[in-house]
Amino acid sequence: MSSRKVAGPEIETLIQLLAKLPGLGPRSARRAALHLIQKKDQLFAPLTRAMEVALEEVRVCSTCGNIDTSDPCTICADPRRDGTTIVVVEDVSDLWALERAQAINARYHVLGGTLSPLDGVTPEDLKIADLVERVRAGGVVEVILAVNATVEGQTTAHYVTDQLAGLDVKVSRLAHGVPVGGELDYLDEGTLAQALRARTPF
Amino acid sequence: MEWTDDAIILGTRRHGETSAIVEAMTATRGRHMGLVRGGRSRKMQPTLQPGNSVHLTWRARLDGHLGNFQVEGLELRAAALMETPIGIHGVQTLAALLRLLPERDPHPNLYAALQVVLEHMDDAGLAAALLVRFELEMLNELGVGLDLSACAATGVTHDLIWVSPKSGRAVSREAGAPYADKLLPLPAFLHRLHGTNEPASASLEELSDAFRLTGFFLDRHVYGPRELPWPTSREAFVTAMKRALAP
Repeated sequence: MSSRKVAGPEIETLIQLLAKLPGLGPRSARRAALHLIQKKDQLFAPLTRAMEVALEEVRVCSTCGNIDTSDPCTICADPRRDGTTIVVVEDVSDLWALERAQAINARYHVLGGTLSPLDGVTPEDLKIADLVERVRAGGVVEVILAVNATVEGQTTAHYVTDQLAGLDVKVSRLAHGVPVGGELDYLDEGTLAQALRARTPF
Repeated sequence: MEWTDDAIILGTRRHGETSAIVEAMTATRGRHMGLVRGGRSRKMQPTLQPGNSVHLTWRARLDGHLGNFQVEGLELRAAALMETPIGIHGVQTLAALLRLLPERDPHPNLYAALQVVLEHMDDAGLAAALLVRFELEMLNELGVGLDLSACAATGVTHDLIWVSPKSGRAVSREAGAPYADKLLPLPAFLHRLHGTNEPASASLEELSDAFRLTGFFLDRHVYGPRELPWPTSREAFVTAMKRALAP
């Protein structure tokens, strides 16, 4: 039995598009659409304008692959950033996560994914060659591989390390171990073994 | 439909926001896919890494359906594999080779071999020798196996140092001498191990020759005809092996 339409095609299209967003299904998209319509002046109109501006202005940084409204991006253009260190991340979301942590004042390089034979992602699909070019151009002392602790992430890390071999740069990676709030009883044995191997004086 | 089996994870693909499609090599049912609900959760992700041994329960309404996997970790070795280039490229090469097999086609020998290779990834020389043997077994299972037991020309079973690129059969030193430039070197450890369960060990030169040998026949009989891209992980494994075993 086909579902009965409760609104005109414009609203139905809005609901269908909202349902494509992460975290939203058809039911929650309907609620979001209704909320936008009910808050037309306070929310719907400014959101529409913000989206139009973003659509017009957003671009990918030609240096690091970050998303911003300028090219080079705010991070690459910031003279206070330490240009001798490049943090390599899989995706822009990882860059944002590291920036939230405010743990490092370095520049970044977004690979755009990880090597994945199952999904057909090869080295040519990632910005690995651009990273090598950046390092080869000089001025970089350390490359920090901040990729996920998954087999695909670490395969990419090893591949990048191979590509950087022979260049005068230190390559390091994030530590693997017990997360904050993690209970040993619930950790897998591989993580525990890595945490023990990477233990530090206390 | 329902079955349970031991398996080794080969790869995962995202499905929606919370689930994952898992590809696993099962002990008795070959390479099999299934949906793991909640497979992208923090709890499940460590278990679903390639190289881990798991216990699978597969459920579906019809046999042809993708079905759902219920996964329980048995031996989570992925973290150890990630530590070294040999381990990480090794597990990816093994997965790439197993993807040459049709889905749901039982290959218990390959499952057993896969387990053995993964258990020895901490020893670069042994891992490389076992991976070559795995490739030979793959060629066998694909119906294009090499015959390294006796000389193709004379039938002798000793002093076999070549393989004919045409027939895939061993050739003795004496019979192959006139065609030496056209034949592929047969490393002694492959012949020595043929049909035995002796532990494998070989020099770097022998291992390089062995990878050239299996690579030639994999390309000719499998990757070439199917127009498949050559797995980058295999090249990376060979490079890592040369680096690890260099004097």
